[in-house]
Amino acid sequence: MGQAIVVTSGKGGVGKTTTSANIGTALALQGKRVCLVDTDIGLRNLDVVMGLENRIIYDLVDVVEGRCKIHQALVKDKRFDDLLYLLPAAQTSDKTAVQPEQMKTLINNLKQDYDYIIIDCPAGIEQGYKNAVAGADKAIVVTTPEVSAVRDADRIIGLLEKEENVEAPKLVINRIRSHMMKNGDMLDVDEITAHLSIDLIGIVADDDEVIKASNHGEPIALNPNSKASIAYRNIARRILGESIPLQQLDDSDKGVFTKIKKFFGVK
Amino acid sequence: MKKTQNVLIKGTKDGLTLHLDDLCSYEELKRELDSKLTENSLANKDRPLISVRVQVGNRYLTEDQQEEIKNLIRQKKNLVVELIQSNVMTREEAELAIAANEIIPVAKVIRSGQVLETTGDLLLVGDVNPGGTVRAGGNIFIMGALKGIAHAGCFGNSNAVVVASVMNPSQIRISHCINRAPDYGIDKEKREMECAYIDENDHIIIDRLQVLSQLRPNLTKLEGGR
Repeated sequence: MGQAIVVTSGKGGVGKTTTSANIGTALALQGKRVCLVDTDIGLRNLDVVMGLENRIIYDLVDVVEGRCKIHQALVKDKRFDDLLYLLPAAQTSDKTAVQPEQMKTLINNLKQDYDYIIIDCPAGIEQGYKNAVAGADKAIVVTTPEVSAVRDADRIIGLLEKEENVEAPKLVINRIRSHMMKNGDMLDVDEITAHLSIDLIGIVADDDEVIKASNHGEPIALNPNSKASIAYRNIARRILGESIPLQQLDDSDKGVFTKIKKFFGVK
Repeated sequence: MKKTQNVLIKGTKDGLTLHLDDLCSYEELKRELDSKLTENSLANKDRPLISVRVQVGNRYLTEDQQEEIKNLIRQKKNLVVELIQSNVMTREEAELAIAANEIIPVAKVIRSGQVLETTGDLLLVGDVNPGGTVRAGGNIFIMGALKGIAHAGCFGNSNAVVVASVMNPSQIRISHCINRAPDYGIDKEKREMECAYIDENDHIIIDRLQVLSQLRPNLTKLEGGR
């Protein structure tokens, strides 16, 4: 029996879908059977980020309304050998097409066949959020180092704590710009974690490669050379129970010479 | 049949006290009270107003009955009921009284959008994040950081105070007063161990929490001690 993890944030545009896609991919790279579920009915994206848009035949609403069997709607990711699947959202309906109870049944069915179900939650705290959370056992809250995103994350954590079937949520801080954080122009990691008072499960640096990869329909986690990719892989390994230290945010291209200059106070 | 007195009038230094028996029926009591006061009021004519305390022992009087007794006594020209004392109260009244005097401990982070409300004093072990609200009929004591809204004495108690380990509220309300953080120039220094109270000019003042022992001696409920 697998576990279902909902990826949520409250605020839009902080990288829920990217995080879902990459955590899912990274877990599959670790040899786990993973099913990604897009619950953003009417504004689906996860299929695009995964590069699976063209293969969609049935969607989540079709399954819920009994127009097809679950396995007919699941889109298989060819890059993995039978490990990674996507249940896409419908694009033609809206959030009210599905009820939380139906989602719960659906996720419970998927849990029989997969090790991890990653549920991509829509922005907001309305019906779509309620559907996404209904079947989840665990939650990951994504935020960026911005006051507005942290405020919404705080709200969503409050709502998640009320859900009886969901464990205490874990935090991912996304889109970190190390130079801004160092100058104090951005909230720093410790500040955010202390404010939200939940466990940190990963930090991801802001990386142009992430956007590039998403546009190509290839999750960044597949590229072993990117910093963001390593960050997502680390998150996946922490989900699997390994204990891995947080990534260093400083730009690694600084040589010995820079360090010596810094030591003597020369700019 | 032995006739006992159901109404006793006793003079004390604060005025008269009427002791009403708690075993006879209410109707009987009213009748006797009426006759007793009628004979006395004749004697007391042209005297200044006398305040009367009514002691009803173990009898429970509803509000209507209390009003009836008060009217009955008031009709006798120079008597005014100061208060009615009873040894008994309803369970509901007792629970309300306890709730209003209780300190309720809560270990929780109050997050954006959440509201925590208590009737008595609130002891919060945790933070109030921006967008979160705590409200109490009495005082509010916060062991963590107050970054949201705190409303003490929300049913109109101007003596209530707000105490926080880190005082950084977006708004503080006490009874009917509201104070908010400045829009600009938010001081970076940490405001630690502070309290908020209403001063004599009806303004909310934020100060070191040590001043409370002078300003609000009622906060101390411990009696005696070594």
